[in-house]
Amino acid sequence: MQKYSIFSLIKNAFSNHQNWEVAWKDPTPKKEYDVIIIGGGGHGLATAYYLAKEHKINNVAILEKGWIGGGNVGRNTTILRSNYMWDANGLFYEYGMKLWENLSQELNYNVMYSPRGIINLAHSDAQLNTYSRRGNSMRLNGIDAVMLNRNELKKMIPFADFSSSARFPIFGGLMQPRGGTARHDAVAWGYARQADSMGVDIIQHCEVTGFDIENGKVKGVQTSIGNIKAKKVGLCVAGNTSLLAEKLNMKLPIESHVLQACVSEPVKPFLDHVVTFGAGHFYCSQSDKGEMVMGGDLDGYNSYAQRGNLPTLQHVLSEGVAMFPNLSRLKMLRTWGGIMDMSMDGSPIIDKTHIDGVYLNCGWCYGGFKATPVSGWTFAYTIAKDQVHELNSKYRLNRFNTGHLIDEKGVGTKTWIG
Amino acid sequence: MLEIKCPYCGKRSQNEFSYGGDASLKRPQLEKEISDKDWDDFVYFRSNPRGKHSELWHHVAGCRQWFKVLRNTATHEIFKTAKINEEL
Repeated sequence: MQKYSIFSLIKNAFSNHQNWEVAWKDPTPKKEYDVIIIGGGGHGLATAYYLAKEHKINNVAILEKGWIGGGNVGRNTTILRSNYMWDANGLFYEYGMKLWENLSQELNYNVMYSPRGIINLAHSDAQLNTYSRRGNSMRLNGIDAVMLNRNELKKMIPFADFSSSARFPIFGGLMQPRGGTARHDAVAWGYARQADSMGVDIIQHCEVTGFDIENGKVKGVQTSIGNIKAKKVGLCVAGNTSLLAEKLNMKLPIESHVLQACVSEPVKPFLDHVVTFGAGHFYCSQSDKGEMVMGGDLDGYNSYAQRGNLPTLQHVLSEGVAMFPNLSRLKMLRTWGGIMDMSMDGSPIIDKTHIDGVYLNCGWCYGGFKATPVSGWTFAYTIAKDQVHELNSKYRLNRFNTGHLIDEKGVGTKTWIG
Repeated sequence: MLEIKCPYCGKRSQNEFSYGGDASLKRPQLEKEISDKDWDDFVYFRSNPRGKHSELWHHVAGCRQWFKVLRNTATHEIFKTAKINEEL
């Protein structure tokens, strides 16, 4: 594999960048693989990469019905953080943050990790109290957390509404300085390129239509381009997990919902951090191109359509204007929607299934992107060793039967009740 | 914007309604022996189909009645609405 560096960039400039190697091949599938990963999104690509790198399992195929990176890894708001209170989430996502910090070097691909800090604004004394409790829990788990007062915030985000007439006055905030953003497409492409170089076959436009199961053990998958044998199969198809699980006679604690995001026209530097609104569900950051990247609530009804409706967008952006009044002067450039696996406790599932050799990675709700490295890392471990790692031991499917739910924010599918 | 025909008030904009989830769920009958699995299935597990989905909506900013909607989850097309005690 060609190494990307300043020298390769200069060298290729002399041939007008016509002679770069392809970043990943376009192979025809083999008859049999050790592991098949269904879904060529961030999590699927990361899983294949860590299977090859950490567990030396190279006879792996990724089957993607569209093109890699065309689903939710290309539709998110690129936010990274580990500002969780419960141990199960805090330790899991913090391991992920450590992977993010070194990811560009590890993948030899600039994922543009930008630790610009994520600030959760508080709009009452009670909210400040709960934030300091969460901040303390984070620090006990070795995660960075800083409480900010109103005057500090005034200097950091001067365009927020600090006026005396603000409907939701800013009392303070909780910041995770190492939180931030990364370039989402680069994450998918970086993982794809490294996985490919270690022997993983990335097979695009190949839809899985069924499974071959014998005596409770998986033998392979049926696809739109023929049957492929496999010793193990991993599902990384957030959004469509219920549809594939149905083919395995599984019913899951998941509803598919559409979540919208949008970007404004590009403007000059305006916001240095990721900021979340505390009196509703809205968050925003500014991309390197200058666009304001914004998102918030689900549309609120089951959906497999990758587009939402204006009432939800209007609701979300009205919260944005309450927080940053001058957002109202910006024109909207693009809006889009992605399909979320909304699990019933708002936390993911990374586990084995009742079928020998079939593994499940789903239920990412709003927060799949930041988990991409650690989800791939733990899922690869679970597939390779046929057991859960300590990091995903709380993300088992049977928690919905045993009552060990991880109700971090008390939101699942019914976010309007939470 | 979804336009939903409330069986009591007629067609109104989505803004007036809130969503109540899968209408095909049956609460376990209390007079019978109920296993943990029955409760788990009722509280957490969903068929989550792509395509026709019967669901509950609440005309929360209108007549405040709950009713049923048959809707396509892939296209958002609404086929039919019915009162809560009627078949879809």
